[in-house]
Amino acid sequence: MKGSRLAFAIFLAPVAAWLFLLIVLPHVDLLLMSLRGKDELGERVWTLANYMNFFTEPVYWLTFVRTALYAVITTAITFCIAMPVSFYIAKVARPRVQGALMVLLLLPFWVSELVRVYGWMILLRESGVLNFFLMKLGLTQKPVEMLYTDAAMILGLVYTSMLFMVVPLVSVMDSLDDSLIEAAYDLGAGKWTIWRTIIIPHCKPGITSGAIVVFMLTLGNYLTPNLMGGKNSLWFTEQIYNQFIASFNWNQGSAFGFLLLALSSLIIWLGLKLSRQKLGEVAS
Amino acid sequence: MIRTLPTSRAYDWSYTAFIVLYFVFLFAPLVVTCVLAFNDSNFPSLPWYGFSLDWFTSPGPERVGIFHDAQNLRAIKTSFTTAVFVSIFSTAVGTLASFLFEQEDFRFKNALYFLMLAPLVIPGVILGISQLLAANSAGTFIDETLGIDVPFLRPSFWLVVLGQFSFITTFVTLVVSARLKKFDRSLEEAALNLGANRFQVIWHITLKFLRPAIVGAGAVAFLMSFENFNTTLFLVGSEPTLPINLYLQVRDGSTPVINAISLLLILGTSLLVLVNLSFSRKKA
Repeated sequence: MKGSRLAFAIFLAPVAAWLFLLIVLPHVDLLLMSLRGKDELGERVWTLANYMNFFTEPVYWLTFVRTALYAVITTAITFCIAMPVSFYIAKVARPRVQGALMVLLLLPFWVSELVRVYGWMILLRESGVLNFFLMKLGLTQKPVEMLYTDAAMILGLVYTSMLFMVVPLVSVMDSLDDSLIEAAYDLGAGKWTIWRTIIIPHCKPGITSGAIVVFMLTLGNYLTPNLMGGKNSLWFTEQIYNQFIASFNWNQGSAFGFLLLALSSLIIWLGLKLSRQKLGEVAS
Repeated sequence: MIRTLPTSRAYDWSYTAFIVLYFVFLFAPLVVTCVLAFNDSNFPSLPWYGFSLDWFTSPGPERVGIFHDAQNLRAIKTSFTTAVFVSIFSTAVGTLASFLFEQEDFRFKNALYFLMLAPLVIPGVILGISQLLAANSAGTFIDETLGIDVPFLRPSFWLVVLGQFSFITTFVTLVVSARLKKFDRSLEEAALNLGANRFQVIWHITLKFLRPAIVGAGAVAFLMSFENFNTTLFLVGSEPTLPINLYLQVRDGSTPVINAISLLLILGTSLLVLVNLSFSRKKA
C-alpha cells in the first residue's frame, strides 16, 4: 500500500509517546522512588525501609486491610442491588420503557462525583434533610449524626459505583434468550433454580467485569471516604495523600502507592483468571 | 419472572416498589441539592424559608451568588479550558491509536495494546502521584543538566492536562475502535484501486464513517476531564479546577452557593449527555 510506512509511523509515534512518557515512565519512577531513602547520615541510598515501615507500623497496614475489606463489601452490596435492577430493565420492563429507564439510570453518573457526595452530605448530616423529616415525624427527639460513619461511607461508595455494575449486567442479560427461562419454567423449575442454573451462569462475564471495575474504583476512591467517612475511617488513598502533601515524604508515599497498585492489579488478575477472561474483553 | 411468564400480584408489586425505591435512591441527593439552591437561607438545609434566587444573582456582600463569585467563576473557566485541551488532544491521539490497533500489524502489538488498556485499571490517585513524580524528576533533570527551568513540569495547568489526557485517551481509543471494527474495508480498497492514496482514503472515507464515534468520544472526554478529581488533586497548581475548588469549600463548611453551582453542573451535563445520546441514535 502506498504511503503505508509513513501512515504507520504517524499512527505509532504519538501513541508510543503517550504510553511510554505518561504511563510507563511515571510508574517506573514511582517504583524507584519507593526504593529510595536516607540513611543515618542523611545520604540518599537504596533501601527497603519504606516498605518495612508499612509492615511494622500497624496504622498503615491496618488501613490497607480495612480499605481492601470495605472495597470487597462495597462490591458485594453493589452486586446485590444491581442484579434485580438490571434484570428488571433487561427482562421485565416493557421494551418502550427500557430505553428511558436506561437514560434515567445513566444521568446521575455523568454528574460530578463531588456533587453526588455533596448531595448525600446535606441529606445525612446532623442538620440535614433526613433528620429534619425524622424530627417532624416525631421519630427522633434529637437529630442523629448519620454522616461521618462507616455506614454512610459505604452507602456513598455503593452509590458512586452502581453504574459500573448495572451497565455490564444489563448488556449481558439482554443477550440471554428468553426461551431458555421459559423452557426451564415449563419443565417445573422454581425461581431460585432458574436464577442459579440459568441466569447467573449466563451473566458471569458481566458480573466479573462489573465487580472488577467497582472494586478498583472503590479501592482508589478518595473523595467519598474523605468527605463521608468518620475520623476513624481512614482510607488508604488518604494515607498516600497525607504522605505526599502533608508530610512531604514522597518516598514513603510512593511505597504506599505501589502497594495499592499491586493490590488492585492482583485482584483484577485473579478475577480475570477465575472467570477465564481477557482484559480486552472486559474493557469492551 | 420475565414478561411472558405468569407471576403473583404480590411479587409484581414488591418488585416494582423495589425499582421505584432504587430510582428514589438514585435521584434523592441530586434533587435535594437542586431544591435547596433556591432556599432563602444561609445554610444548605431545611426548614424552607421561601424561594430566593440569592445564591445565583446576589452581588454580595452578605450573600455572594454564583454569578458574582469570582473565585468559583475562575475555577469554572479553568476547568473549561482544561477540558477543551484534554478533549482535543485525547480525541486526536485516541483516533490515531484506534487506526494503529485496528488497521496495522506489527511486532509487540499485543503488548502495546495491553499497555493502552492499563490506565483503565490504574487507580486515579496512583496515576496522579506517579505523574507528579515523573514531572518533578524530569524538571530537576532538565534544570541540572541544561540549566533551564521548565515551569509546566511543576504542578500547574499543563500538568493537569497531561495527567487527564493520559487516561482519557484510553476511553477515546476504545470508543473509536469499536466503530472502526464495523467499518467495511472493501470501501477503502475500492478507493485505493481508483487511485487515491492512503491519506486521501482516511480523510475522505474512513474519518467520515468514524465521525459520530469521534464526536461522541470527544464529548465524553470533555465531561470526564471537567469532573476529574482523583488525578487532578495531585497535579493542580495555583489554578484549581472546579471539582478541586468545590472540594475545598465543602470540606471547610458550605454555603448554598455550592448548591447553585451543583444545579448548573447537573443541568449542563444532562443537556450534553442528552444531545450526545440523540445525536448517536440518529447516526446509528
